[in-house]
Amino acid sequence: MSNSSISVRKFDAVIVGAGGSGLRAAIQLSEGGLKTAVLSKVFPTRSHTVAAQGGVSASLGNSEEDHWHWHMYDTVKGSDWLGDQDAIEYMCRKAPEVVVELEHFGMPFDRTDEGKIYQRPFGGHMSNFGEKPVRRACAAADRTGHAMLHALYQRNVRANTQFFVEWMALDLIRDESGQVLGVIALEMETGEVVAFHAKATIFATGGAGRIYYSSTNAFINTGDGLGMAARAGIALEDMEFWQFHPTGVAGAGVLITEGVRGEGGILRNSDNERFMERYAPNAKDLASRDVVSRAMVTEINEGRGCGPNKDFVLLDITHLDPATIMKRLPGIREISIQFAGIDPIQAPIPVVPTCHYQMGGIPTNFKGQVVAADGVPVKGFYAAGEVACASVHGANRLGTNSLLDLLVFGKSSGDSVIEDVASGEVMHQDLPAGFADRTLARLNRLNTQTGGSNVNETRLELQRTMQKHCGVFRFKDMLVEGVAKIVEIEKEVARTEIKDKSQVWNTARVEALELDNLIEVAKATLVSAEARKESRGAHVRDDAPDTPENPNGRDDANWHKHTLWQREGSSLSYKPVTMTPLTVESIALKTRSY
Amino acid sequence: MATSTMEFKIYRYDPDRDEAPYMQDMSVQVDFEIDRKLLDVLTRLKAGDDTLSYRRSCREGICGSDAMNINGKNGLACLTDIRDLKQPVVLRPLPGLPVIRDLIVDMTQFFKQYHSVKPYLINDSPRPERERLQSPEERDELNGLYECILCACCSTSCPSFWWNPDKFVGPAGLLNAYRFIADTRDEATNERLDDLEDPYRLFRCHSIMNCVDVCPKNLNPTRAIGKIKEMMVRRAI
Repeated sequence: MSNSSISVRKFDAVIVGAGGSGLRAAIQLSEGGLKTAVLSKVFPTRSHTVAAQGGVSASLGNSEEDHWHWHMYDTVKGSDWLGDQDAIEYMCRKAPEVVVELEHFGMPFDRTDEGKIYQRPFGGHMSNFGEKPVRRACAAADRTGHAMLHALYQRNVRANTQFFVEWMALDLIRDESGQVLGVIALEMETGEVVAFHAKATIFATGGAGRIYYSSTNAFINTGDGLGMAARAGIALEDMEFWQFHPTGVAGAGVLITEGVRGEGGILRNSDNERFMERYAPNAKDLASRDVVSRAMVTEINEGRGCGPNKDFVLLDITHLDPATIMKRLPGIREISIQFAGIDPIQAPIPVVPTCHYQMGGIPTNFKGQVVAADGVPVKGFYAAGEVACASVHGANRLGTNSLLDLLVFGKSSGDSVIEDVASGEVMHQDLPAGFADRTLARLNRLNTQTGGSNVNETRLELQRTMQKHCGVFRFKDMLVEGVAKIVEIEKEVARTEIKDKSQVWNTARVEALELDNLIEVAKATLVSAEARKESRGAHVRDDAPDTPENPNGRDDANWHKHTLWQREGSSLSYKPVTMTPLTVESIALKTRSY
Repeated sequence: MATSTMEFKIYRYDPDRDEAPYMQDMSVQVDFEIDRKLLDVLTRLKAGDDTLSYRRSCREGICGSDAMNINGKNGLACLTDIRDLKQPVVLRPLPGLPVIRDLIVDMTQFFKQYHSVKPYLINDSPRPERERLQSPEERDELNGLYECILCACCSTSCPSFWWNPDKFVGPAGLLNAYRFIADTRDEATNERLDDLEDPYRLFRCHSIMNCVDVCPKNLNPTRAIGKIKEMMVRRAI
């Protein structure tokens, strides 16, 4: 195949990914009258936003006093001061507006007795600048992501959005000036490869939680946007920061929402002790996720884990009224019965910290524009949601801020595209010669490779390496060794072989192409993590311990900065954290405790 | 280790390669300590034969991708316990929809019917500054409706949908129609009822209740359809 054999379709904008952020962006563009194509590997309501459970944060104050400024403070603190304060202010101020808008779209939120949106407490969300937990998480039972994704899809049905369902984007198209001109994509049903030529391209491809062996993430979360961006020369930001959710079902990895603790659930060790009281005397079980996950692993490592192998702790809600569980947590009851074989009304749920969320990603500003290291936007390129790094989550995300991120930056990226198209800032540019060469070479290699490596085994090796070398606690030697291993695995990825050569719905081909993306993310993660010689948020290393000079092992003098990883030469550079918010005073660096 | 062999008969068809569909005998070593669900075993089967094709994503019963016909009954592979399955386990694509390949069906007709009920909130009154109010009791009316995951287990188990997939909305679409009829914030109840008052769109439902039997989320489309009929009667008198 050559370029000339590829058909080209022209749009004003192309959105890759139809989860929360992609669908929110699509509403802006469709209602704004732009000719838009939304590409998704799966039917939109199957995107991973569907699995979010506990809530979406907004300082609505429906049950008690709340303020966006408190929300902002909590998010900065949660990020261990690595989040950019302009983006964080923007997100927290916009939260009430986008959540109310979602309600107007039809979102079936639970209600208070007064008929307002129901809100529950969540980890790290406090009133009055860190005083005590506050009800800020707007919830639809424990199916908030599902309800939200469907409401957003439904709004797009109303807006007549044009979807390309079960299309996988393979590579970004950039011209010599660096402007982004669209993507090359594969229609899974037919095997056809098409170029989507656009004035503006929004990546909303989600995270890459499948780089870990044990993950709450869906099979589809393979970091496709990150892989495409990295191959096209875009740096990836803060990739060493991965969130391990405290409560994945032991063995299965399936998520149990933090909303369980918001409703009164308690973590217990083998002594039946509520151990979080020792680690976070104030917030207890509702401390930040990184703090809770480390406490759990410490309990297990010190021999106070539960079960025959002492390798999990228990999440206990047996003291809650069964009616509350049935009303507020019906989904986690279902999950516990299905995947742990226990009914949480009667017995506690076995849980372990499980890879859940990628704080890093494609660097953007709060307008959803992708930015180069100097902060200048990459023309024609936008990103929102988990694939993007605005950065609002910094070194650790607060629960419920992910769904908020999707709404706020899905919308702002859409607005930016509308503005940039209207002003003529972005226009259709000619596709450069050979724009599809790299993609076609990848496909051609897969069609012809013999004597190569097995996709499934190579992916497993990658996942086990990440799990072992870059987990909840990190060790200097293991990180160094991990980098070397990933470089070896990268060679295997370059020679994967598939037996299935069919053009029709070839899932083996899709999985091989996904592995090309997973390896970029894994490498970015390990290389960035090995280099960051401090502990901060979710990145905690043995050689950066808690000392009086560097409380919690955080070294602001040397490491209060964002990592940027470039695929070319696997090189690192750094950029400053934005400490200046948009309208309020900077939230100064402080030791983090709950 | 509690390993043992599981036997399967799986519907195979690759239009690129096969003249006609066929049932293939497959077997795989399963570790009952680790593998709980049918999807876990399908993953093992696919590791041995990468041509085996099926949809899957969340593996926890919320995305609705891996619906298939398992030993004669529609269900989600990720929620089906392997210990309960009679062997050889017979896997077929969802019945009544065109097969694209192996266990992957063309869901165009299913989504067309879903879209036909205008599955979105219609309320064109000026938007208030804050949320529209709804009492907890009014919100409770949406329970058992909004949880639909569009997996198509119900509609593809419905004989009425098999005969008239182009004219009968089917249980999933009707459940979703009622989800908006039941929403106190929606202003299009009458138009919605008008649209369904049709010998085919709604009234092909003969309360066979296969839909209720197979729904992996334990939802009850027949009940929702009954409620719609009730409302039609009520507004007629």
